[in-house]
Amino acid sequence: MKNRITWDFLMTRYPVFFPLVLLVLSVAINLYLQPNMFQLSTLNSNMRVFLPLILLTVGQAIVLIAGGIDISVGGIVSVVNTILATRVGLEGSSELMWQYVLISLLVGALAGAINGFFIAYLRLQPIITTYATSFLYAGFALFILPNPGGGIPSAIASVYRTSTPLSLPLAFYVIAILLLVWAYVSSTRYGKYLFAVGGKAEAAYETAVPVTLVQFSAYVISGFMAALAGIAITMLSGSGNADIGNPMTLNSITAVVIGGNAFSGGIGGVAGPILGAITLSVIQNIISFSHINTWWETLVKATIIVAALAAPGVINLFRRRRA
Amino acid sequence: MKRFSVSPPVAALILAIVLFLLSGFLPNSYGSNVDIAIAQATNIVRLAVFLGVIAAGQTLVIISGSEGIDLSAGSVVTLTAILTYVYVSGENDRVLIALLISLGVGAVIGMLNGIGVTFLKVSPFVMTLGMSGVVTGAIIVVNHGTVSGRIAPIMTRLIARPVSPSIPIPGAVVIWLIFGVLMWLLLERTAFGKNLFAIGVNRVTAKLSGVNVTWTNLATYSLAGALAGFGGFLLVGNTGVVHIQLGQPFLFPSIAAVAVGGTLLSGGKGSYWGTMAGAIVLTLITSLLTTMQMPDSVRRMVLGGTLLILISIYGRQRSLRL
Repeated sequence: MKNRITWDFLMTRYPVFFPLVLLVLSVAINLYLQPNMFQLSTLNSNMRVFLPLILLTVGQAIVLIAGGIDISVGGIVSVVNTILATRVGLEGSSELMWQYVLISLLVGALAGAINGFFIAYLRLQPIITTYATSFLYAGFALFILPNPGGGIPSAIASVYRTSTPLSLPLAFYVIAILLLVWAYVSSTRYGKYLFAVGGKAEAAYETAVPVTLVQFSAYVISGFMAALAGIAITMLSGSGNADIGNPMTLNSITAVVIGGNAFSGGIGGVAGPILGAITLSVIQNIISFSHINTWWETLVKATIIVAALAAPGVINLFRRRRA
Repeated sequence: MKRFSVSPPVAALILAIVLFLLSGFLPNSYGSNVDIAIAQATNIVRLAVFLGVIAAGQTLVIISGSEGIDLSAGSVVTLTAILTYVYVSGENDRVLIALLISLGVGAVIGMLNGIGVTFLKVSPFVMTLGMSGVVTGAIIVVNHGTVSGRIAPIMTRLIARPVSPSIPIPGAVVIWLIFGVLMWLLLERTAFGKNLFAIGVNRVTAKLSGVNVTWTNLATYSLAGALAGFGGFLLVGNTGVVHIQLGQPFLFPSIAAVAVGGTLLSGGKGSYWGTMAGAIVLTLITSLLTTMQMPDSVRRMVLGGTLLILISIYGRQRSLRL
């Protein structure tokens, strides 16, 4: 009986608890396969690969909390990547780079604003709207850079790849900033509005919450975070590819759900999804380090993900049986 | 004055006809030649059959509400297409069993989705997305990237060829029409159909009115899987070849076809006629864009823009202000 109360308490009061268990579990397996995982250089080379998905996931989490979904984020990542790779170039100066980083962030927010306009103001259904705009953005990225190529100066790329202030990977600082900003935002009136709109938009509207504006802003934030992810992945790869963001979209949604947020909106946070994104990336790591047959990789990875998604449900099912 | 309104399926169909007539003005189109125009229209409808059948399961799952969606449809199509291709291997008398296998395998995968969604309370989007990965992974494990097989002549005869030399309607279109009638009967004339709409509108009221919500939901996902399996069977009968990416390009268009056909993505309201019209509109737009010989990048942007315009016309949700 005591055990049961503890579990309920953990699951409801600390939604981050389960994602944390998953993360610890996957990190433990990864550590077994890759013993030097916590050495600074290894940790940094892992974290710099994880960071783009983490950034994307945070934006996706905010849209999901507000009761929407954004499947155009991968397209925005690609647009930013191709803009940086073609406009800055391998020989570009660092002023030019930072100038285009700013432009990229604006482009991301603008792309998010387009999504937000159609969904919040014209009241179109989010999944199909962002599916349509994902074609717009992915097509635009391909228009900018038809064949993979271009790049950014290697000096700037190495800032992202190798800086480890105070012997900690750069990504840790970015995650800390994200968590701090979220801790502040979720305590403000705007943060409350996000949850209210995602929980029940009609009820929020009745209680004078500016529903339309809040929905619109969630997509702008998602676009902005996708632009940040695009900048990060460009600095990581150092080159341009119009298809670079495509596989990241569905991963970001899976990461949010593994992170314990409700898909239907109104519940969750940003810390869980960040853990979810790291877990997904660590699972990928485990699969490449475990030397399983290449033919089995997709099946094993997908099965682990389904198991992780189903685990809370299975546990609840067994608990209900016993009760 | 009564407000002018057209039901979404009719609107989509009118749109398809207008678009098709307008496309006559494009360079290297049918121009003023009626015979070529009819042939082209027939061909577009024939291509729409496969998207239409794959979108049938999607329609059911979306009507069932609670964010219902089936992202595993694409991989199920690939799987059953490969199974049919390998099992039939050119023999006419194996076709019927291959069809049953396709339906059965699809239903089992759909049921697994249903179990995850209904009992384990995983959200349909990620459950079916994960299942899609599992199915794709299983295909890779089993066939190691190469398959040997062949479809049977009777499949080509029934699916890809015209019904008879005098009636230039492809067999697939006839199959689709019969299929459409069956779907209509299922949705509008059976207890299952009534229950499906009931759980789509509100699960609590449905339960209180005596609908077995759990069973209906499970049956919907199983049926959706079986229909995707049927889509794979039909598709391989038309293409005659299989590859690992055969079904995936149909996945999101199947959702778009449902939305364009006026079915609410939030569930509880919709029809299969709408989805059929939506499938025709989408196939028409895609094939027009292909014939217009634009670069891939522009084509994608035009497709995205067109889709936005389409759903802006009648895909809008109820306004917040009552």
